[in-house]
Amino acid sequence: MSDHEYTPSSKFGKWFNDRLPLLTLANHLTDYPTPKNLNYWWTFGGILTFCLITQIVTGLVLAMHYIAHADMAFSSVEHIMRDVNYGWLLRYVHANGASMFFLAVYIHIFRSLFYGSYKSPREIIWILGIIIYLLMMAAAFMGYVLPWGQMSFWGATVITNLFSAIPLVGESITTWLWGGYSVDNPTLTRFFTLHYLIPFLILGLVVLHIWALHVPGNNNPVGIDIKKPSKDTVPFHPYIVIKDAFALLMFCIVFALFVFYQPNILGHADNYIEADPLVTPAHIVPEWYLLPFYAILRSVPDKLMGVVAMLSAILILAALPWLDTSKVRSAVFRPLFRQFYWILVADVLILGYVGAMPAEGLYLLIARVATAYYFAHFLIILPVLGWKEKTTPLPLSITEPVLGGTPNLAAARSDEKIEKTIK
Amino acid sequence: MSKLKNILFVLIFSIIVLNSSNSAEKSPPFLETKWTFKGLFGKFDRASLQRGYQVYTEVCASCHSMKYLTYRNLAEKGGPEFSEAEAKAIAASFEVTDGPDSTGEMFVRPAKLSDKFVMPYANEQEAKAANGGAYPPDMSVLVKARKGGADYIYSLLLGYSEPPEGVELDDGVYYNKYMYGNKIKMPAPLSDDLIEYTDGTKATAEQMSKDVTNFLMWSAEPHLEQRHKTGFRVIAYLIILTVLVYFTMKKIWSRVEPKV
Repeated sequence: MSDHEYTPSSKFGKWFNDRLPLLTLANHLTDYPTPKNLNYWWTFGGILTFCLITQIVTGLVLAMHYIAHADMAFSSVEHIMRDVNYGWLLRYVHANGASMFFLAVYIHIFRSLFYGSYKSPREIIWILGIIIYLLMMAAAFMGYVLPWGQMSFWGATVITNLFSAIPLVGESITTWLWGGYSVDNPTLTRFFTLHYLIPFLILGLVVLHIWALHVPGNNNPVGIDIKKPSKDTVPFHPYIVIKDAFALLMFCIVFALFVFYQPNILGHADNYIEADPLVTPAHIVPEWYLLPFYAILRSVPDKLMGVVAMLSAILILAALPWLDTSKVRSAVFRPLFRQFYWILVADVLILGYVGAMPAEGLYLLIARVATAYYFAHFLIILPVLGWKEKTTPLPLSITEPVLGGTPNLAAARSDEKIEKTIK
Repeated sequence: MSKLKNILFVLIFSIIVLNSSNSAEKSPPFLETKWTFKGLFGKFDRASLQRGYQVYTEVCASCHSMKYLTYRNLAEKGGPEFSEAEAKAIAASFEVTDGPDSTGEMFVRPAKLSDKFVMPYANEQEAKAANGGAYPPDMSVLVKARKGGADYIYSLLLGYSEPPEGVELDDGVYYNKYMYGNKIKMPAPLSDDLIEYTDGTKATAEQMSKDVTNFLMWSAEPHLEQRHKTGFRVIAYLIILTVLVYFTMKKIWSRVEPKV
């Protein structure tokens, strides 16, 4: 928060601002002191906001033409693709937009993991982010059901069946979710309603996420606390705005390549076959962004424990600020953590790969090892690292490494402060 | 700049990974043929689409429906682009049941441009009964509903052969090396000179397979040409804007001592 009180220059502005301080808010957002050493991994927050708005706008228009009925959903999607003006564009932007959204959110999350952005005092930002991520998965899953293709139907059947693993009440819960005794029209209509609702919940949480961010301010690649405003910071506008705009445009080029030249490559061909409850596809696979969790689910032989493992894999992230015992935020100064970080990245990619493969033989073995490692990373490696790891000296300010160049770090550092930070 | 390179590298890498994961195939490699609709400026071969419609209507349509297509589509831009008169004549050669009329009776009339393609069977059950229990799938979006797309359909049409030794086939089941499980209930649909093209092109099995696959690709993606055209403009625009924003960013950040 900027410390100075903002006063609008015009008389009307002052009158309005005293009653509803929108101008103060605008001024805060413009002046918001941002660390000047943010790299391009920090542009994905803005990109994600863009993704959310894109999904909401295209989704609204699609909903004007879509019919949520088991007998008509598939043909209404074909109607959008063929007869609605630019319907093909809206649908391809929306469908690929979901993938782009997840691509961006994964980069955003892994950036946070690398630079320790989840650590004090940013735990609430992080937890809000995890809730947003969970809601995104729910929205994406239900959105994938709406075209009522084969993968829609069977994906919905597999995922909703997971609830039947709950002891005693599982079957009743599943029936309640379906609105019947199998995935059918009532399931489709409620999924449509929820798919329409969730993005607005996400929007609200995004506001909180940004609000919570603006209390301590951005973390930065060096991961140290900085004075705001100071020579370590730049005002959000125009410096960060123009940089975010540049990164967003690069992102949009990739987005456009998918939409215009490979619009179906991220989807599954079976979803262009209308849902048929009597024909089960050879392989039921979720969309690519859910594959790591699907792999974890299938790596546990017991259904209930599989569901528990899958949920824990996500919820464990919420406990991350307390599982990571190291006081040093940025991996730049944590030589050991850095290596484990990249192993974790590889581990998640491997889980994603085996999630797309049949759960048998070598694939199943790999999935089990990778699942065990995933949990070990958070439950064993991170807590122990915080104790054992010798971190490298932290600079005093951002300006120091950026301006003075890194070689002279040792000369400029204050041992006392470093020791305090590491302890 | 090195950070920029990193970002670019990651993006390109991810695209390659996504591409390769989708092109992994267990069946033999597809037959190669050149499609005009692929690439940055890919367009349909108009004459091929018209011939493809002829193959569809004279061969495939006896079993396969195309329920999402309308006769007016045949005259629309980016498709086979029959003249409106030709499309009307095509429609009029089919009969549809309409009604009820003012006396409450249903009646049969020639199809109009606004009518959907007439289906070969009244319902799925009738289609199955007529085809040994196998339902001939609707072909409107068939190309997109099969892994491998146009290459797969083209290869499948030409992939019939005698079964290798040791493979037993039931009555009404045929061997096709591109079919999932190699067993297919559709007999080889195309053979040389099965039909006579109105434009005089020699109707080899390859020619017909290619033409009808072109036609099916168009029916699955009727706005493909517009998509490619718009896509090129959008991306060109984005690239120019990105370059301009890049230099603006450099200029703005030059006020702050270190580089961006």
